[in-house]
Parts: sequence; C-alpha cells; structure tokens
Amino acid sequence: MLETNGHPNRLGLVGWLGGGRWGAERYLYTLHRLTGLGLLAYFLLHIVVTSSRALGPAAWQAAMGRVSGPIFVAGEFLVFVAFAFHGLNGIRLVLVELGWAIGKPIEPVYPYRTSVDEQRPLAIAVMVLAGLLVFAGGLDFFVLH
Amino acid sequence: MRDQALWTWHVLAGVVIAVLLGLHMTIMHLDVLVGIFNPADPHPIEWGNVVARARQGFFLVSYVVLLGAALFHGLYGLRNILFELGPGAGAKRAVNALLTAGGVAMFAFGALAAWAASTLARTL
Repeated sequence: MLETNGHPNRLGLVGWLGGGRWGAERYLYTLHRLTGLGLLAYFLLHIVVTSSRALGPAAWQAAMGRVSGPIFVAGEFLVFVAFAFHGLNGIRLVLVELGWAIGKPIEPVYPYRTSVDEQRPLAIAVMVLAGLLVFAGGLDFFVLH
Repeated sequence: MRDQALWTWHVLAGVVIAVLLGLHMTIMHLDVLVGIFNPADPHPIEWGNVVARARQGFFLVSYVVLLGAALFHGLYGLRNILFELGPGAGAKRAVNALLTAGGVAMFAFGALAAWAASTLARTL
C-alpha cells in the first residue's frame, strides 16, 4: 500500500531486484509489477489502435496492417505471457489477501514458522497453471495458425 | 481510509479484468483451440468477426466495463509504484491529476470508439 509510516523507501526500484528473506514470492512480486507496467503500456496503445474499427473496414485493415508481421506476433505473444502470469498471480494475491492458503494463526514459538511457506503450494500451482496457459497460447500463436 | 477504499476497488477491478480479459484473450488468442465468437472467418481480427461481435450488446457493455476496470487497475497500480518512491506532496498531486485526467480521457475515447463501432456494425 501507499503509506510508509515515515520510513523512507531507500532501495527504491533497486529493491525489486532482491528477494532477500522473502524467497521466491518476492520475485513473483517483481515480475507482477514488471508485467503490470508492460500490460498497461500495451493496453494504452491497444485502445488507440483498435479504435479504428469505428471508422470502417478500410481503416481497420490499415491499422491491422501496421501491426502485423513476425515482430508484432512475437510481441503479442509476450503480452499473452504477461497476461497469463499477471492474471494468475493476481488471483493468488487476492486469495492470500483474503487469508486463504496461508494457514491458521499459531503461537509464535521457536522455531518460528512462516506463512510464506504455507502458501508456497498455491504459488507453485498458479505458476503451473500459467505455464499451461502459455503453452496453449504458444500452440495457438505459432503452431496451429 | 481513502487509500484503503481505492485498494479495494483495485482488487475488485482485478477480478472483473480476470473474467473479461480472460474471455477476450480466449476469443482473440485461443481461437483455434477454443473457437468462440468468431463466426465469420477463422482469424479473430478479420473485419467480419469484428462486426459480428460489435453487433452484440454484450460485447459493447463488456468492452466498456473492461476498459474502465483495466484503466483504473493499471493507472492505480502505476500510482502505487510512483508513490512508493517517496515523491513530495506537490509531485503526488501532479501524479494524481495527470493519471486521473489521462484515465478519464482514455476511457472517454475508448468508450466512444466502442459505441461508434457498435452503431456502425448494426447499420452494415
């Protein structure tokens, strides 16, 4: 969230690079942000490009012609990969925020257990699902078309 | 309190996007494997398919809802990232104003395009 309670964010963007004691989920956090920024940039362009459909078939086909070719297909596939990761990881984040899949509260008795380990299976499951979705998308993009 | 409300809207918008963008991606990029809402031609961006979808009120509504949800979700996420870098009060106000104005303008433009495309499709 936004408030830092007076503690300066000394690491800034560099802090995205290191997982530290947070483990693999910290890197999912970094990837979530990077894919989110990428999807936002694509989406803003997508709004402009696809608005040409309101001007009729010639304008639409001209706009689609400008964004065709192997480079754009590869770029669109990257958008699909970012969507698969960001969407499924986002569902994981919502589930964790609602308190699901992080285990029940326990007494803080040494050796301490962390809820990060409790929700690891969920993180693995959503990454497997994202991988399957990317595989299906890859088939559709590059093999079946 | 205001940020908590915005965060809740951010999460709710994410759920809406998961459903509607999931449908959009299935139509546009899993078209061979799933093959829905592309009646005119095998490729989803062919004009015949664009018109067929634009004629349906469901797509007009879902595009506008997705447009609003995605703009809010994306721009609020960008605002969070920028605010975490510790800008001053003036910079925060500028970011808020810029993202709000940009988001409203893009929503108006995209919604107008969706409505105009729907109107055009119904006349063809």
